[in-house]
Amino acid sequence: MADLSIDFAGIRSPNPFWLASAPPTNTGDQVMRAFDMGWGGAVWKTLGDPIVDTSSRFGSLDVNGARMVGFNNIELITDRPLELNLREIREVKRKYPDRAVIVSLMVESKEDWRDIVKASVDTGCDGLELNFGCPHGMCERGMGSAVGQEPEVLKTVAGWAVEYSTVPVLIKLTPNIGDILEAGVPAVEAGAKGLSLINTIKSLIGVDLDKFVPYPVVGGRSTNGGYCGPAVKPIALHMVAALARDPRITVPISGIGGIATWRDAAEFIALGATSVQVCTAAMHYGFRIVEDMIDGLSAYLDGKGMTSVRELEGRAIPAFTEWGDLDLHYKVVAHVDPEKCIGCNLCYVACRDTAVHCIHNAGDALAPGHAASTRTAAIAEAAHRSKSVTGRAKDAHVVWVDESECIGCNLCASVCPVPDCITIVDETNGAPFESWNDRIARGTNKVPGGLADFRKLQTRRV
Amino acid sequence: MSARAFAPGAGAAALPADRLENKLLDLKPTYAEGEAIAEANRCLYCHDAPCVTACPTGIDIPGFIRKIATGNVRGSARRILSANLLGYSCARVCPVEVLCVGACVYNDWHRTPPIQIGRLQRYAVETVLDRGAATTLLTAAKPTGKKVACVGAGPASLAAAGYLALEGVAVTVFERRAIAGGLNTTGVAPYKMHVSGSLAEVEFIRSLGVTIATGVEVGKDRTPADLLREFDAVFLGPGLGGDARLGIPGEDGAGVIGATAWIERLKLEPGFALAGVTRALVIGGGNTAIDAAREMARLGVADVGIVYRRSAAGMPGYAHEMEAARKEGVRLIERAVPAEFVRGAGGKLTALRLADGRELGADIVVLGIGQAKLAALATQFPGVAVDAKGLIVVDEATGRTGNRKVFAAGDALGGELVVTAVQEGKRAARAICAVLGVAVRADAPMRAGHV
Repeated sequence: MADLSIDFAGIRSPNPFWLASAPPTNTGDQVMRAFDMGWGGAVWKTLGDPIVDTSSRFGSLDVNGARMVGFNNIELITDRPLELNLREIREVKRKYPDRAVIVSLMVESKEDWRDIVKASVDTGCDGLELNFGCPHGMCERGMGSAVGQEPEVLKTVAGWAVEYSTVPVLIKLTPNIGDILEAGVPAVEAGAKGLSLINTIKSLIGVDLDKFVPYPVVGGRSTNGGYCGPAVKPIALHMVAALARDPRITVPISGIGGIATWRDAAEFIALGATSVQVCTAAMHYGFRIVEDMIDGLSAYLDGKGMTSVRELEGRAIPAFTEWGDLDLHYKVVAHVDPEKCIGCNLCYVACRDTAVHCIHNAGDALAPGHAASTRTAAIAEAAHRSKSVTGRAKDAHVVWVDESECIGCNLCASVCPVPDCITIVDETNGAPFESWNDRIARGTNKVPGGLADFRKLQTRRV
Repeated sequence: MSARAFAPGAGAAALPADRLENKLLDLKPTYAEGEAIAEANRCLYCHDAPCVTACPTGIDIPGFIRKIATGNVRGSARRILSANLLGYSCARVCPVEVLCVGACVYNDWHRTPPIQIGRLQRYAVETVLDRGAATTLLTAAKPTGKKVACVGAGPASLAAAGYLALEGVAVTVFERRAIAGGLNTTGVAPYKMHVSGSLAEVEFIRSLGVTIATGVEVGKDRTPADLLREFDAVFLGPGLGGDARLGIPGEDGAGVIGATAWIERLKLEPGFALAGVTRALVIGGGNTAIDAAREMARLGVADVGIVYRRSAAGMPGYAHEMEAARKEGVRLIERAVPAEFVRGAGGKLTALRLADGRELGADIVVLGIGQAKLAALATQFPGVAVDAKGLIVVDEATGRTGNRKVFAAGDALGGELVVTAVQEGKRAARAICAVLGVAVRADAPMRAGHV
């Protein structure tokens, strides 16, 4: 079985699965229950001067019945006394010495940073995480994302924490910024030993169309919150990878954003994360989800012949390039398995209305000189075999692809509800690699029909 | 009908409370909002969907289901009722297993059961009718001055009348019974729909501007000549006549009753009961026979048998209905040809004797072997012809009879389903508009669905 243990800037953890600083890590009781279930670490809910929260503070984005595809909160940092939190942190670390216990912090003045850093380090915690990301409530008070969005302020405040800390300091970055490197590079320069990202995205989750108040409704009003959950994963993956591939980022990364399964975690790790942090999925299903995260990641690594999760780290980074370095001769086409096709025609209408209309029904004729990737004879035979019990022949709705027209865009495979019915097949046929940047270098990058040609035509007409 | 306040109308309010059908509860209760949205979200929203092709009226099924999923229930009901004005009863009585649901692409996937289209359709229409919002759902054209008479107040007539009224035609429906709705009112198995459901739908049709004159028998109270003189066109939707008889010894007398007559008593007669009945036989292999047998079994009759002259494979009734009947305890007696009703002291029915000598004990025997045709009524209209089976002869595309002013639809043409009667009624309404020169609006409901 593969070794899942990690060393994150000297912080050791039996597996890369940490709970993010959020409601799940509000109390010692919760964190200990999570550790009992197998979580490798926890980042305590942000300490600072206790706040007052509103009643009604979460909102959910549901998609076609799927709950919490996205999640939004207007909750602030801890509302518990500092002394109580610190006592519980000390107790947790004493009881679970092999787990990573990290304390998230957010205060304002240098003096406050000095005192809270020292008090936190005194608990025996493994590290600190500076919350420079919270995009609601706290930022209006000059903290959270207000710090993370200003590189100079970030560097200054981070410097204070680094100065007073004797344990590794991680900086949690906000995605509410144009280029994540603008925050990541100064954070490293300030002495951070690790970066965590992404914090939540500034958001309004929806609107109550009867009351005309955005969600979550607090009395007759609402406010912007922080957005997280499965829907933010692609944004987080990109930001993690953008840091991981940059040579100036010399510290480990803790990936956060929509991670719910071992597969999500593996993707973050493959794009350069050392640990991952989870919140929304735990809030949706409870701490028990970590069991399959551990089990699934181990099985995956074993299947790939990797003896440690560290072998996975950054494996997909070399393949993450600029658009200009992609191979323009790479050619894929869609293949439809007529046996699996149920005739819903979702691919047909998607391709017809929004792509190139290369998908046709069984009875449609193939254009002269074109090649079909799914032979009509095979379709007819398959349809005959699959005649349903109700006597409905689905042959008229089984689709086929005009390969000569297919641009290999993946849309049909994305909309198809049946697993493995539409596959995208490599038809490159040994064409040599050539990227857009290659064409620029060779001066062969002119595409006919552009403005230059258009102007020539206009001149000729005059 | 649910217990909710569903525009009951005068007819429903007058229904006696002690009708036997009240003991038979809804087998597929109406969805709650959350259930409907969850089921609607399962729909793949197929393009050129096979369920639409399978619907005789051509309802845009993926379209109305998506509207349920988005919370646009009113738009959903409008989409349904445009293509099928009787979308409410069809949702409840259609054999969806062999129509829309049977065509659902999920049947070919086997991963998940097909979409419960009938239940979703019921949810959408019932919700809108319950809110009393149906009267403004479909807007009517200005009056055209044209007048049409419809004979019979069953599904075919109600559909034709409703579609015509929406295009500004003044329609009067003549019904010989005291209560409208035809077989939807008198003949639907109560576990599918009670009388009140049918009457609520009748009220919806009335709300479109249709005049319904009950207790008026054409051929007796009003002559065909009256109708042809007073109206610009006549629509015939008379349905069928009384239950057919076997013509074997012992048939006359207590204990032997026709299936539609028995179901009608079950649904409408005050205080009707099955006192002393522990053994019941239903003769016939069609859906009416199966309905009667299922009703007997669900009402607690211990021994219910269907007597059929051929083997199960030859039964004209739906296999899924027979399967449901078996699960409710109904036994099928195959290759059984009735020869004589055996009566004991005082003429009390005791058994049915078969041609092969077998004797089947029975306290009641229900005859579900078909209904008489109403050829005599139809042929009173000059130019209207019936075929050898007594079915009215019409032009396939228009429903027009040999008389250019007379159109026909429904069971009198040989159909069996409410939904086909509706489609034929819609087809006739289109043809009547064409003949009368009524300009049909571009967005007229009668244009929706199949041609």
